Amino acid sequence: MAKRIEVKFKDEIRDPRAEGLAALLREEFKAKIARAAVIEAYNIDGELSEDELRLLGSEVFSDKIVQEYSSSKPFLAEGWRIEIGYQPGVTDNVGKTAKDAIRDALNRELDVYSSMVYAIIGEVDEEACEKFGRRLANGLIQKITVRTPHSDNFEPYVPKVALAQEIRVETVKLPADEDKLEQLSKKRLLALSVREMKAIRKYVSSDSVVKARRQAGLGDELTDVELEVIAQTWSEHCKHKIFNAEIAYSEDSDSYNVDSLFKTFIRGATEMLRKPYVLSAFKDNGGIVKFNPDYDVAVKVETHNAPSALDPYGGALTGILGVNRDIIGTGMGAFPIANVDMLCFGNLNEKNVPHGVLHPKTIYEGVVSGIRDGGNKSGIPTVNGSFTFEPGFTARPIIYCGTVGLMPTEIRGRKTADKKVEPGLIAVMVGGRVGKDGIHGATFSSQQLETSIPTSVVQIGDPITQKKVLDFIIEARDELLYEAITDNGAGGLSSSIGEMAEQSNGCDIWLEAVPLKYPGLQPWEILVSESQERMTIAVKQENMERLEQIAKKHEVEITAVGKFTDSGRLHALYEGKSVAYLDLDFLHKPPRLKLTAKWKRKTFVEPNVTERDLGAVLRKLLALPNIASKEHTIRRYDHEVQGKSVIKPLMGNNAPCDAAVIRPVFESWEGLVVSHGICPKYVQDSHDMAMMAFDEAVRNALAVGAKLGYMAALDNFSWPDPVQSEKTPDGEYKLAQLVRACMAVYDCSIGYGIPLVSGKDSVKNDYYGKDGKYSIPPTLLMTVIGKIGDVRNAISSDFKGEGDAVYVLGVTREELGGSEYYRIFGGLGNDAPKISLDEVMPLYRAFSGACELRLVRSAHDISDGGLAVALAECSFPSGMGVEIDVSKIHAETQNEDALLFSESGGRFVVSVAEKNVEKFEKAMHGTKFSRCGRVRGDKRFVVRKGESVLVNEDGRDLRGIWNGVKI
Amino acid sequence: MNGKTKAAVLTGYGINADYELEYALRASGAEARRLHIHELMDSPKMLDDFNLLAFAGGFSFGDDLGSGKVVANKFRFRLKDQMMDFVKQGKLVIGICNGFQMIAKMGLLPYADFSQKVTLSFNDSGKFEDRWVYLKMNQKSPCVFTQGIGGLMLPVRHGEGKFISDGATLKDLAAKNMVAMQYVNERDEFAGYPYNPNGSAMNIAGICNPEGNVFGLMPHPEAYNAMTNNPFWPGVRERITDWKGSGMKIFENAVSHINGKF
Repeated sequence: MAKRIEVKFKDEIRDPRAEGLAALLREEFKAKIARAAVIEAYNIDGELSEDELRLLGSEVFSDKIVQEYSSSKPFLAEGWRIEIGYQPGVTDNVGKTAKDAIRDALNRELDVYSSMVYAIIGEVDEEACEKFGRRLANGLIQKITVRTPHSDNFEPYVPKVALAQEIRVETVKLPADEDKLEQLSKKRLLALSVREMKAIRKYVSSDSVVKARRQAGLGDELTDVELEVIAQTWSEHCKHKIFNAEIAYSEDSDSYNVDSLFKTFIRGATEMLRKPYVLSAFKDNGGIVKFNPDYDVAVKVETHNAPSALDPYGGALTGILGVNRDIIGTGMGAFPIANVDMLCFGNLNEKNVPHGVLHPKTIYEGVVSGIRDGGNKSGIPTVNGSFTFEPGFTARPIIYCGTVGLMPTEIRGRKTADKKVEPGLIAVMVGGRVGKDGIHGATFSSQQLETSIPTSVVQIGDPITQKKVLDFIIEARDELLYEAITDNGAGGLSSSIGEMAEQSNGCDIWLEAVPLKYPGLQPWEILVSESQERMTIAVKQENMERLEQIAKKHEVEITAVGKFTDSGRLHALYEGKSVAYLDLDFLHKPPRLKLTAKWKRKTFVEPNVTERDLGAVLRKLLALPNIASKEHTIRRYDHEVQGKSVIKPLMGNNAPCDAAVIRPVFESWEGLVVSHGICPKYVQDSHDMAMMAFDEAVRNALAVGAKLGYMAALDNFSWPDPVQSEKTPDGEYKLAQLVRACMAVYDCSIGYGIPLVSGKDSVKNDYYGKDGKYSIPPTLLMTVIGKIGDVRNAISSDFKGEGDAVYVLGVTREELGGSEYYRIFGGLGNDAPKISLDEVMPLYRAFSGACELRLVRSAHDISDGGLAVALAECSFPSGMGVEIDVSKIHAETQNEDALLFSESGGRFVVSVAEKNVEKFEKAMHGTKFSRCGRVRGDKRFVVRKGESVLVNEDGRDLRGIWNGVKI
Repeated sequence: MNGKTKAAVLTGYGINADYELEYALRASGAEARRLHIHELMDSPKMLDDFNLLAFAGGFSFGDDLGSGKVVANKFRFRLKDQMMDFVKQGKLVIGICNGFQMIAKMGLLPYADFSQKVTLSFNDSGKFEDRWVYLKMNQKSPCVFTQGIGGLMLPVRHGEGKFISDGATLKDLAAKNMVAMQYVNERDEFAGYPYNPNGSAMNIAGICNPEGNVFGLMPHPEAYNAMTNNPFWPGVRERITDWKGSGMKIFENAVSHINGKF
């Protein structure tokens, strides 16, 4: 018999959660709510005495100062009660904690299922409550029950998983017919093409394979385990088939072949540059860069787009925790010291949301909460990030999560950047148990979103379990108790052990040994499940005992689940019987794609500019979601934990900063800089878009004082499906966009002298709804990590002193295409910004030198909204005004709107104390820079062009607008 | 203990501000080590090796069941007598953020009698917030940690930091100068949100026991270990001579109080 305890705030105590609920329902549904309450329910699967219930209610589940509990009847039964609990098998973190807490109090092991009850008294009916429920819950993972007033139902909600099926391994016949092969791939969610299915068929029917399989006790047909392993390993997500394809590219009369975008343009650039500070690029879970003689940093950025579209909270949370694990699994393990998140959404007030898609506002709220919990609860500061709002992201948000980790260069003489898997080592799974959650994540992310997606692909992370795993790993690492480590991400054990086995050249996996959340999982499910918070380590037998001790202390479960061999095969067994036996050579070499890319420049509609009052334009710009202050959201993230912050997302009085600076090692003043650039709005040519993204990332890093010459970059591509097909008739164009972006990344990498150390691609960002197909705009995120010799030289963006000289560095051009200015008037225009590397590099070198000499008091890059917006962002937080004369800046245009709002790259606004003006100008000598104004002591915001005043506004009014949009 | 400050910084279960707290204590002259709560529960005698016990911030058990609650119960059910003894000997206890939530809910504050009188609950704003706040110390407070400190800026970062208690307890806290630290504005005046970031009664940011050796606070002094942590530092760069963070005074006070005593 299950029991239930409800906990609620006492009537006389203010409950901000209940207030928030009432406000939300009033605002979004115009509901007439007299009273709302938030009730926590604990549904305990077991018999409990009255005394035990009392103890749990009063001492364990409620805070007696502010809350009360009931173990016999529902609270607020006179109102409507909307109960939201998890579907069976979905991770229930609160339930898990409650189980721990009961153990402490009663010394009993009882499963607990948590649920929330939202009780409402007011003029509402059943239909309204059901609507509220759908707003408050995610039907994909949660169950909503609405109870009418005066129902005294106190039934515990116990969503136990019941898998009755027997354990069995099926064999799968690969049909001769191509259509049937395709159907099979679709039916089993394998995401394999006909060509790939045929390659598999060929492999399994070859004589040597048949013979070897028979010896291993397998038949002549593939098992479901094998087919799933191949599908996971060959997924776009794991093998990057498009980036490794042979591509025939053509533009106008020119055409050439690209033999792998990745090898040619990405790794190619890094190999060309040969920077000594790059310790590991593109071979581990993350890139590794030398920080100082004693420490290295590991860095990785991932996308988590598809899951976040379906379950924004769980998707983003899992995204953060997943990339944290990548870092924990880089080299011999790094300690995460910073998170970054770059998010792209549709407009928050979008009216036209395709059928089957969550509203951008819902996605945004869920994602922000997921990032908050992912970072805050893990104790990793969120140091940098951005929001991009574009209609193109309505059907498919893009969620980039990145992490930087710190590792000692050596531990007792052993290099931490290297790891080695040798035959004979034991494969040990560390952390969470395996359930049906997250099955098919890798293959799923390699497919386009459709309206019918099974629940099992959605996962919810548990930051606390992962934090325990991290604490355990770091302690084990420092005692050198394992030889290699990797995370369990996409593809689960099949991919973590499978990839490690490449080094030793083989592995045995014992599937029955894998600890499960609940019985009844099939062997193939155990192997590919993406249940979270797991790492795999390779351990010498003699270290197992000590490892167990440390695991026990941290309350982390570790299990030997296999052994590394040199058999050349991935051999999975279930209770001693072979269930998979695959050649690693075959498994890790999927057939290469051959694709065609054709570039042809498109023409875009020019806007109809109707507003000539530039002050009025500026006011409009400051309220645009891409420009307005993001303080309301940023403050929900912890930027301070670990105590290493130097330049944070907001400095002084909410000055938005260009990049993060942290001090990774307490005993040193050396700083690490993290910045990024992302500008999908420049859709005119993905080449120029990519150049701008790279330039923005570099400029942002320079603006806080990073040293040019000691930077590394990460490239993260999010693209719509670029493979020509019936579903994608413009695939050749989209692939050409991808090729052009890659070429730009190469050119920038070489031109700036910045090697690429890690990256990722997500290339199926399309949504197929009832009413058609929706594709995202090509989106490249460039992340830069850099170094500053002494953080006490770091620079923030806000003006510092009245009378300081204001400079604009760089050249302003008539480049309004894709700008925020044009956005106001509708129409993208054609002249989007372009970067000239020859022009910007001398400027960047000189500027970096001036910063090292401490000659710069503030610096800010000029981007969204152009010079006018950049000046505004420098002046509001300082509480000071500014006055500049745009006739003095270096410009190739005399149009006033372009001077103020063009988003030309390569530019900064900088302020310099009067006493340093001479030295600064000397340092900048020979570059395109101009002194064009000064910081005013009052709050006026004045822009002149010679004698004519273009803008004369009260800075406080502008600030009010900029701050007034609640993002 | 040779008159030295020996500090244990509790960790485990999602506590996450332990490394910087360990650093802050060390840099202030203490011998400090991180200690897993599980280790302490397994061998409570370990407490004798320390004269300062620090409950670090973080998200123990994900704040499920209420922030700090599950760890508080671990101590209440399993380590009550040892803890009371520790405090009675005059040894120091500090709880920061999640650590404050733990020691408040276990009843180590305000009276170190394991009876809960105060709590920290959801911010009035309804959300987790990270911001720097201005703080005023009560010069008459017996609090060991705040002696001689007038004003201070520190970061807060919490979703459950609103100090709540009943009228009688609040009165007693005020009467005995147990309110050691309060939220103010930049002019040292009591002010509303966001200066008081969570809606705490009497603008309370931190309290101590009547003897002053147990201190709990929501702001994070360990996260102000260098001047470069302060969000306003670039504006005053030219005037900074000592780059040590002002938050360190809290720990230096503890160390100078203990040194020579145990």
